[in-house]
Amino acid sequence: MKRLSDSVVARLQADMQVPDLTGTRYAVVRYLARGGMGSVWLAEDTILKRRVALKVLDLVAPAADLPARLLQEARILASLEHPGIVPVHDAGTLADGRAFYCMKYVEGQTLAQYIAERNLTDRLRLLERIAEPLDFAHARGIIHRDLKPENIMIGAFGEVLVMDWGLAKAGAPGLRSGENGSARGSILGTAGYMSPEQARGDAEVDHRTDIFSLGAILWFLLKGAPPTDQPAVTATVPRPLAAVCRKAMAADPSMRYQSAGALAADVAHYLNGAPVRAYRESLLERAARIYARHRTAVVLVAVYLLMRLLFILFAHR
Amino acid sequence: MNKILLGLVLGAILGAIDGMTAWFTPAVRAQLAGIIVGSTIKGIIAGVLIGVFARKVHSLALGIVFGLGVGLILAFIVAQMQHGYYFEIMLPGGMVGLIVGYATQRYGRVSQLQQT
Repeated sequence: MKRLSDSVVARLQADMQVPDLTGTRYAVVRYLARGGMGSVWLAEDTILKRRVALKVLDLVAPAADLPARLLQEARILASLEHPGIVPVHDAGTLADGRAFYCMKYVEGQTLAQYIAERNLTDRLRLLERIAEPLDFAHARGIIHRDLKPENIMIGAFGEVLVMDWGLAKAGAPGLRSGENGSARGSILGTAGYMSPEQARGDAEVDHRTDIFSLGAILWFLLKGAPPTDQPAVTATVPRPLAAVCRKAMAADPSMRYQSAGALAADVAHYLNGAPVRAYRESLLERAARIYARHRTAVVLVAVYLLMRLLFILFAHR
Repeated sequence: MNKILLGLVLGAILGAIDGMTAWFTPAVRAQLAGIIVGSTIKGIIAGVLIGVFARKVHSLALGIVFGLGVGLILAFIVAQMQHGYYFEIMLPGGMVGLIVGYATQRYGRVSQLQQT
């Protein structure tokens, strides 16, 4: 028997991965990306004549519960109607037996691409818009558990979208989870952005694991790279922001910000020239911050007082 | 603090400081109290006028120009009454108007009614 070459085998494998959309309203356009459970394809909705993204399980699913998890992901997304979360249109099973769901196709840039050409202020303003959908999800008892720059997209109109909720866990609004989703003790997530408790495989991971990841994303926004250890002060990172990162990424969840909004608010304080909660500034730093915030007013009053002083001096000559 | 109140308070404080500096001019030290009261009233009038303007016109540049103008005009009137000291009275007066003009535009709160 003649053996097939590696390239032919690879080609056959790639062709087999193309989802069989027979009997659906969708037609494959091209491959987009690889996800944790399967692949994402650009498709055409033949009825509405619009482009959509299809997340499809791999043909050979490594775990029996993957179809249920994909459906769970679709249901979680469907329950989160928020401008910062990509909407789901449809879910089901393809003719080849693979589970899939259909979502809005987001044309835009990843966080890494977007920040490459932005200044610090623009980059920091993104954090608030990442935190909004997170807060929204947390309020509904849903934890993302895989927040990282690759899962943040900036759309064509500048909208910020939190993507890939494949590891998301739905729990009670009290935010304790563990009864569904991943198995107890399993470790899921991305190193560098994963909280210590998630890395340990703790069952009682709560929304503060996302706060840790958000802190790591803040560090990424500042440095363009994930933090390797506890964020340290460097020449390019202002001390208050390094302190915000440290607080968000504290090993003990109770020492972190208790909501994504609180973290974003502290960053907004920094942007507005106000003191941040995470950092106790010295008198000199406070004076410098106030001066930077009210520079014109300080200069005007100083000029006025100087002028007055000169008048007094000249009057005594 | 709303723009008119901010203008009033700032005008009064800077006007009072303006008046107090007369202490360093021995020739007018005897009338110090009157000068301080007059200067404070002048500052209040300027501050209220600039505050009203800031409420109507939301422009930093125009606010500064208006403040400078009001400060100079009021200081000119005072200098006319003093029959002299034009430079010593008008320069600080104009400066006070400029500062109040800047502050009311930059820091004065827009009322809820105006925002809606």
